[in-house]
Amino acid sequence: MTIILVDVFTPYLKPVKAKLSAVAAPFYWVTSIPSRISEWGQVNIVTRDQLVEENRALKEQLLIHQRKLQGMAAVVTENVRLRELMNSAEMVAEQVLVAEMIGVSSDPLVHKVVINKGSRDNVYVGQPLLDAHGLMGQVVEVGPISSQVLLITDSTHALPVEVNRNGVRAIVEGTGDLYRLELRHVSNTVDIKEGDLLVSSGLGQRFPRGYPVGRVLEVIHDPGRPFASIRVEPMAQLNRSRHVLLVFRDTTTPQSTTTAELTDEP
Amino acid sequence: MQTVVANNRWFIVLTVVVALMLSVMPLPQEISWLRPQFVAMVFIYWSLALPQTVGILSAWMTGLSLDVVSFSVFGQHTLAMVIVAYICLLSYQRIRTYQPWQQAIWIFVMLGIYQLFVNWVHSLTGHSARPSEFLLPAVASALLWPIVHVLLERFRVIYRVS
Repeated sequence: MTIILVDVFTPYLKPVKAKLSAVAAPFYWVTSIPSRISEWGQVNIVTRDQLVEENRALKEQLLIHQRKLQGMAAVVTENVRLRELMNSAEMVAEQVLVAEMIGVSSDPLVHKVVINKGSRDNVYVGQPLLDAHGLMGQVVEVGPISSQVLLITDSTHALPVEVNRNGVRAIVEGTGDLYRLELRHVSNTVDIKEGDLLVSSGLGQRFPRGYPVGRVLEVIHDPGRPFASIRVEPMAQLNRSRHVLLVFRDTTTPQSTTTAELTDEP
Repeated sequence: MQTVVANNRWFIVLTVVVALMLSVMPLPQEISWLRPQFVAMVFIYWSLALPQTVGILSAWMTGLSLDVVSFSVFGQHTLAMVIVAYICLLSYQRIRTYQPWQQAIWIFVMLGIYQLFVNWVHSLTGHSARPSEFLLPAVASALLWPIVHVLLERFRVIYRVS
């Protein structure tokens, strides 16, 4: 009883929890063995035809991406030049580290995952996590060889975003449903439409700027309510991504007090 | 009075560890509400079978290890486990004589209480669930109880755990 209150309302148990998460890591490692075996099987037990086919598809994809990249190079230099003209701060160079997801929180209400990188790989609390499609969440606890990540769909998580089309800022909150996010406190007159891409705005100092977060599914204007209710579908494949990316910032900014995490729910 | 000699108590620990593993086994999100509370079921079994061996303190330790492994708030499962263990230790003499299906109903009630406490702590941290959802693990556990009971009973006799 006391221990619950201490843990919920004070930070004293944080170091103990970080130590004990090292005890929990083997459990997740053992329970991920079946899926590893099946993954190994998918990689190693394939026919030559399948490999050839996959190789061809990958080459095609590579070609498409390279073409896009060619355009990007010009855009990036132009962007840097424009920023220089405006004397604004240069873009922060970011490094990434590939991590593997080894476990998922067993509690359906809590959207946390465990990854196989910890303080030995310089993972820090608050570090953003991405997959190939978009932002997934942030690191909340770091152990020596593993760390826990709170996903953006957890009902205690919120992050600042902007609409890619016109730069309208908003806060996107998790709902406790893996396929649904919500925009909170957006007034009825704001220009947000179905299909808009939301990218992280970097205003919370927690997430880097410009990574895709979600796509607007529907906008409901109810005249009886002060705010529009906007449903968003997360871009990241939160329930099936296995290989994820941890983003490091070169310039270590001090942790600001405006975290992207809301702890008190109305 | 006959004195109880400790025998093969490592087996109790082993079953709890296996239950911990089953409780963090990855499940698809769609059916994750149907995951039985393996650790609580195993602990209830031992508190019915060997009430002189497992007690409130071992309930506390089992609950805390589940908290550690499942990354929940410390004390969440501990509190629930201690309360369920207390009720079990009070009433084991009656429960032992029940038919399997009667025991299953009783397990549903026990794990319903367990889930109530777990969700009460959840609501402190801002997660909330509908009653129809958070009672599903209790239903799943009650359905699984006859199998768990038979299995553990068999192993307890083989290894003569006391």
